[in-house]
Amino acid sequence: MTNGWIDIRNTDMMLIMGGNPAENHPCGFKWPIEAKRNRNAKMIVVDPRFTRTAATADLFVQIRAGSDIAFLGGMVKYAIENQRIARDYLIHYTNAAFIIQEGFKLPDDGLFSGFDHATNTYDRASWTYEGADKPTGLSYDLTLENPRCVFQLLKQHYSRYTPEIVERITGIPRSEFLKAADLFTSIRKDGDMKKAATILYAVGFTQHSSATQTIRTAAILQLLLGNVGRAGGGVNALRGHSNIQGATDMAGVFDILPGYLKMPNPADADFKSYLARITPKAAKPAPWDSFNYWSNTPKFAVSFLKAMYGDAAKKENDWAFHYLPKIDRQYSWAQIWDDMYQGHIKGLLAFGMNGVAIGPNAQKNIDALKKADWLVVCEIYPDETSEFWKSPGITPGEMKQIPTTVYRLPGAGFAEKDGTFVNSARWLQWKSVAVPPPGQAKLDQEILARIFLKVRELYQLELNQKESRGKFPDPILHATWDYTDPHNPSLAEVAREINGRDLSSGQQLPGFAALKDDGTTSSGNWLYCGSWTEAGAMMQRRGTEDPSGLGVYPNWGWSWPANRRVLYNRASCDPAGNPWDPDRKQIWWSESAQRWVGPDVPDIKPDSPPKDHMGPFIMNGEGVGRLFVPGAGLADGPFPEHYEPAESPVANALHPNQSTNPIAKKFHSTLDKLGTPAEGYNIVCTTYRLTEHYHYWTKNNPMNVQLMPEPFVEIPSELADSLGLRGGEKVKVTSARGHYIAKAMVTRRIKGMMIDGKKVYQIGIPIHWGYRGIAEDAGETALTPANLLSPAVIDPNAFTPEFKGFLVKLEKLA
Amino acid sequence: MSGTLRIQKISGHSGPVPGAGAQRQEQVCKLIDTTTCIGCKACEVACLEWNDLPFRETFFDNTYQTMPETAWNYWNLIKFNEHPREDGAMQWLMRKDQCMHCADPGCLAACPADNAIVQYQNGIVDFQQEYCIGCQYCVTGCPFNIPKFNPATKKMFKCTLCTDRVSQGLEPACIKACPTGCLHFGTKDDMKELAESRAQQLRDHSAYANAGVYDPPGVGGTSVIYVLHDITNPEAYGGLPSNPTVPWTVRLWKQPLKWLGNLAMIGGLIGVTMHYLRFGPKRVDRE
Repeated sequence: MTNGWIDIRNTDMMLIMGGNPAENHPCGFKWPIEAKRNRNAKMIVVDPRFTRTAATADLFVQIRAGSDIAFLGGMVKYAIENQRIARDYLIHYTNAAFIIQEGFKLPDDGLFSGFDHATNTYDRASWTYEGADKPTGLSYDLTLENPRCVFQLLKQHYSRYTPEIVERITGIPRSEFLKAADLFTSIRKDGDMKKAATILYAVGFTQHSSATQTIRTAAILQLLLGNVGRAGGGVNALRGHSNIQGATDMAGVFDILPGYLKMPNPADADFKSYLARITPKAAKPAPWDSFNYWSNTPKFAVSFLKAMYGDAAKKENDWAFHYLPKIDRQYSWAQIWDDMYQGHIKGLLAFGMNGVAIGPNAQKNIDALKKADWLVVCEIYPDETSEFWKSPGITPGEMKQIPTTVYRLPGAGFAEKDGTFVNSARWLQWKSVAVPPPGQAKLDQEILARIFLKVRELYQLELNQKESRGKFPDPILHATWDYTDPHNPSLAEVAREINGRDLSSGQQLPGFAALKDDGTTSSGNWLYCGSWTEAGAMMQRRGTEDPSGLGVYPNWGWSWPANRRVLYNRASCDPAGNPWDPDRKQIWWSESAQRWVGPDVPDIKPDSPPKDHMGPFIMNGEGVGRLFVPGAGLADGPFPEHYEPAESPVANALHPNQSTNPIAKKFHSTLDKLGTPAEGYNIVCTTYRLTEHYHYWTKNNPMNVQLMPEPFVEIPSELADSLGLRGGEKVKVTSARGHYIAKAMVTRRIKGMMIDGKKVYQIGIPIHWGYRGIAEDAGETALTPANLLSPAVIDPNAFTPEFKGFLVKLEKLA
Repeated sequence: MSGTLRIQKISGHSGPVPGAGAQRQEQVCKLIDTTTCIGCKACEVACLEWNDLPFRETFFDNTYQTMPETAWNYWNLIKFNEHPREDGAMQWLMRKDQCMHCADPGCLAACPADNAIVQYQNGIVDFQQEYCIGCQYCVTGCPFNIPKFNPATKKMFKCTLCTDRVSQGLEPACIKACPTGCLHFGTKDDMKELAESRAQQLRDHSAYANAGVYDPPGVGGTSVIYVLHDITNPEAYGGLPSNPTVPWTVRLWKQPLKWLGNLAMIGGLIGVTMHYLRFGPKRVDRE
């Protein structure tokens, strides 16, 4: 989130889209309810189904899964046309005024300039600012009239997203669309800047082949409306697991290092060229100032290498830069399973990760595991992944042929571990152990430590015996592992290591401003620097004071960066440094103190006066928010464009000859089939989660199973009637990849829609069942995981699979 | 609100109530705002856990609702109802169903067993299973279909409004668990005021022109009140009765009919005695 959970109570207007927080974040949802109760805030919910979130909304709009960019693009056009934009904010805090160089072409035919049909990629050279390499700085036009300025290009780009086109693509009748657009943008009626609107989203935005661009459209809308940096505003991702924010911060993703540093690639000949590649340069109009905080990348990178390799990382050996793996291609989640299916991955360690059930294309994942030599699963229950070898359909004969050795390690559940959870609001909160792990179950850190130390022991043994079967032992041998109990490292020690210390004094560092690139500081994650200082564990604080009443709670836990609660909060003030809304003062410029002050930590150089025009978006080289993303920022376009999902009931109404995202990644094994309407796949399917269950482990817990005992398919009553289907009867859902059998939940909460003149139905499937669990083991289900249906088609920037908006057939089972 | 419970009425009991009027007790009230309920079922689980009720087997029934009705071991249940409105908008009504703790409890009026049902001065109506004879007359008396029979022990059960917590100054378990603050707990006056202002806010600032507070006078008002989106249509919320009353048959039976019956019995005894005194014992003819 750019803002935070509690901050939502400050809002005047909420657009909840691609997310269902009432069901999936019930505790966090108290904040939208507070906003409604205490501020008469309005809530608009846009979803393929009328959910429990929609039940509390002021306006619900049903949308076809996979058409979010069309809806949001229509809102962008509406806001511009009706002058419901924050003009000063736009001119001074975004790149609206920047001029794009000649040669850039908008995708009227579905393709931006620079598309290479041979390689199916873009040459993004034309997606650049004019004057990027000029000493006089970027060209800009503060009147926003220049036809090649970003604002005019944006206006032109979305001029095609008329209410009629929105209706054709999304299925939303134009009158309903206009009602939603009018309501959401009403906060900027007559140029009023006091009100703030927020957009809350979750995997309904991210589980598509144009996921990143969907979020981008929401960000553009929020920048246009001047909502980013405002209390009760922002672009707010509601993360789907208690610590997935921590997982991405600590680089549980293949293409980043902790703190979102970029991974090296083989072209980085040395540390210097790596830094040159990944450290952005300030790029701005000459009279403006840009903090360009990522210019400190060298300090973050060196400190990280010192944390990883200690004394083995020296200036002379480029800080052990060559110990880091260099990624030569994509190694995302779906790619891993494809590599395993092609026989390239021999072993897998799966920690609390039920890869078979998660999919996509679960059968491919099952078959991939058959080709691996070994599988280690650390889990709290026997799960589908560790029992892939007896998944339904495998005969005893086939079972005997599967050579994979499966190791099951009983792990610890969330209440049996300490450490931190980092929530969607970026708050690190330390938690204590409630009960120790039972029986022989072990903590994750102990299991990982013992595996690592054993591997290191084997490498050392070889070295001693002057053998060399293991390639390049140095990173393994020299990784720092100075824990009091190396076989079971205390997470407090790890947390202190992540915060980092001054290597001369041994003192914990107070914050990332203290990081250096000369090897005198170490920090496992620069973003977390400040979370465990000499004053103690900041994330263990539980101060309940909130003097400003804005829900800042500065002494509760510790948020990154630097305990800041609302990112880009300089933008909560006008160019002179005065808050847009005097009733919600987050920070402001104090003339007497010659600093930015306020209840929140200022997200700007603290002593940069407003007259220097330092941009609020300090993590961009330009210092401003990007309506247009230049250069190599994104794979599939500097502006979001509506593309159909990989499996779609219709051709793209904007450009039928380029229906889908040309850069979306597909896989090409025999199991990666896509279905078409001509083959009878005419129903749009989405998958989702329920309040009553948590992914794939609560099907083992009697309490959850009681609340929602059996798998089901949500089917519109109109569709059910046409099939002669009644609630509770069994149905079979089939995609080009597999089938799913469950009981029908016939409902009026999903209606049929007209998509470009074609009647289209959507159905929904909750994911929480598989072939192991209380109901499964009692023989009460068909043992089909929902992700047997989904396609392995992924977003080209974030590599998230298209779990929502694929095509299926539906039939009643006798 | 907290402190010792003072009894106000006792079922099947003759004579004065001990300690009546000795200490003034404020009536407690649970306020349920159906307009902010998200149907998360935290309240269902909290009730089970606080009261050590077991998790049970349930079945798919074409709804998100956990089971069709409350049970002897499932005292509170969110009722889910899809409700398309006349203006075409969809509603999904979610109402937490449990004992309403009526001021004029039909269950207590109908119950013949001494002490099986007590009503405390704070408004809580509680079943005391050790005195329950399992006759199920309380089911007849209740207009909300709440008392439920355990066939194994032959006792009746329902929500206790967490008397064990309330008597210690704590809020009921369901209130504590509710994540959105949809449930509120306090004195009847305070909750009524909160409810009315919320209903007014809905009428003024939302599409719910008929928002109102459900505190049915036909049972003397209740210690559990609702804010409804549409006070003119409580039935839409999973069969919440529009105008609940204690059934006239129960009142008739327990009051006039009871005394008529007593009169008839006494009259019969007097008649038989008088007849004996006047005519002597029955003689058998010697013929």
